[in-house]
Amino acid sequence: MKAPETMREKWIIKEEVERIAQLAHIELTEEEKEVFTEQFNRILEFFRKIDEVDTRSIPPMYHVLDIVNVYREDEVGETLPKEGVLENAPKKEEQFFKSPKIV
Amino acid sequence: MPTPRLYEMYAAEVADKMRRGEITAEDYIWSIISRAKSIDGKINAFITMTSEEALEKARDIDRKIARGEKIGRLAGVAVAVKDNICTFGIRTTCASRMLENFIPPYDATVIRRLKREDAIIIGKTNMDEFAMGTTTETSYFGPTRNPWNLSKVPGGSSGGSAAALAADEATLALGSDTGGSVRCPASYCSVIGLKPTYGLVSRYGLISYANSLEQIGPLAKSTVDCALLLSVMGGYDPRDSTSVNMPIEDYFRSFASDLKGLKIGLPKEFFDEGVEESVKKHVWLAIHKLEDLGALYEEISLPSLEYALAAYYIIAMSEASSNLARYDGLRYGYRVEHDDADYSRVYAKNRRIGFGAEVRRRIILGTYALSAGYYEQYYLKALKIRMLIRREFEYALKKFDVLAGPTMPLPPFNIGEKINDPLTLYMCDILTVPANLTGYPAISIPCGFENDLPIGMQIIGKPFDEKNLLKTSFAFENNTDFAKRKPGLR
Repeated sequence: MKAPETMREKWIIKEEVERIAQLAHIELTEEEKEVFTEQFNRILEFFRKIDEVDTRSIPPMYHVLDIVNVYREDEVGETLPKEGVLENAPKKEEQFFKSPKIV
Repeated sequence: MPTPRLYEMYAAEVADKMRRGEITAEDYIWSIISRAKSIDGKINAFITMTSEEALEKARDIDRKIARGEKIGRLAGVAVAVKDNICTFGIRTTCASRMLENFIPPYDATVIRRLKREDAIIIGKTNMDEFAMGTTTETSYFGPTRNPWNLSKVPGGSSGGSAAALAADEATLALGSDTGGSVRCPASYCSVIGLKPTYGLVSRYGLISYANSLEQIGPLAKSTVDCALLLSVMGGYDPRDSTSVNMPIEDYFRSFASDLKGLKIGLPKEFFDEGVEESVKKHVWLAIHKLEDLGALYEEISLPSLEYALAAYYIIAMSEASSNLARYDGLRYGYRVEHDDADYSRVYAKNRRIGFGAEVRRRIILGTYALSAGYYEQYYLKALKIRMLIRREFEYALKKFDVLAGPTMPLPPFNIGEKINDPLTLYMCDILTVPANLTGYPAISIPCGFENDLPIGMQIIGKPFDEKNLLKTSFAFENNTDFAKRKPGLR
């Protein structure tokens, strides 16, 4: 199987890459926006191979196991100590995680 | 025959010789540490070594033995653990700047089980960042090198684990396999690597990349060691709601020197023009060897395999975009120093600096595939293809005990050769992803060398039939010498 040659803005344009990256909370540099757009077009072109298959009568397979729901008793078990929970927080105050400005 | 050096011993021997008082845990662990210290500058298999703790644990085991206490099935055995498996008090980075300083406050279930059997964690191994890769080149801590040829990739994403074994820096290793990440490096480093059936091994404490596809898997230098490690790792865990409640089989009972009556299906798609001739040649020789040992084979076709790779990447990226949403730099992970801007801009900055390019690529593409207007075309369609592939495998494995083919479509390639072209790199996973899409177990076995570079054979089995994979591997290993060869490292 061969990867398609360089491809520009057939499936996704730069502005859309910007918008999706924003939704995913990922900042991109100007140069990255260009490179990603070009790469994404080649990757999406490859993904569209699945269009060849008629799947109208096929149900989606969300999961490999037949397990539907797993229930358990609602019992109090072991929990992590507060220090353990907080020890990896880059910023904290007393017993709280310190977040950036939300409002 | 000369006595093997301590660091070259198999896990099964280590525990035995300790019980008989022929070696001490301390001497053996010391030997492993010295070996790693002398050679890992070339290989870069480890991100973190835990030498002091390991030696201390070894002395504990020696004292236990001296007191006549019962010791575990993996007593004293040095295990290298992939750095995406949480280890209490030991830094667990996922080879990412995002988690460079993350110290888990708990052990993954597999780690608890190893400790229960007195295994010793020797260190945390290098990998592709967040397990996203096929070469171990995307690590924030630099690439791992293939012990068979230092200019080649060791495979990935569990490249550090496989390279550590090949270079005798550990006796057993843990990896994780989302689309081939145990089997690919096993093939490229000439060790045995198994992806268990989805649900056999608990994922509790495995840092998630694509949760419906991945399993923690054993890597080892022999089939016996692989079976031993799997027996310890596997089994029901109430902390993982996708772990299956069934007993672990006695894998050793089925081991024999022949494979009389074993029925093997050979999907012709595993031998098509995308697979290099040299790979096909060695895998065919291996299949004829299996035939000599009493197995019967027949060529079959699984036509939907053509769509497996695209479906796999759509599903894996979609799941990744959701699983990696948790890294905002708030509770753990990388956080920029100046964070007085709006929260969403701070998060976006944390994630740009904390994640490497491939991780960002997959999160953005996954977000795209799940977004309104595209969900049906990509994600939902991929799930339907997944069902088609599963049905074909189910049907094929009614007639055959196992399916066989190559693990990788090409021998190990040069570091830097493919890393700048994501799509070409994705193509390398074409033979390994079907087992993840279906959830079926698969093993990679050393089966030959081309220009002194290892080639691996892949055997895929029925759900929860790891027994037949290990049985095939055992017979093949005992009638060939590929798994016993060592790289010419000094």
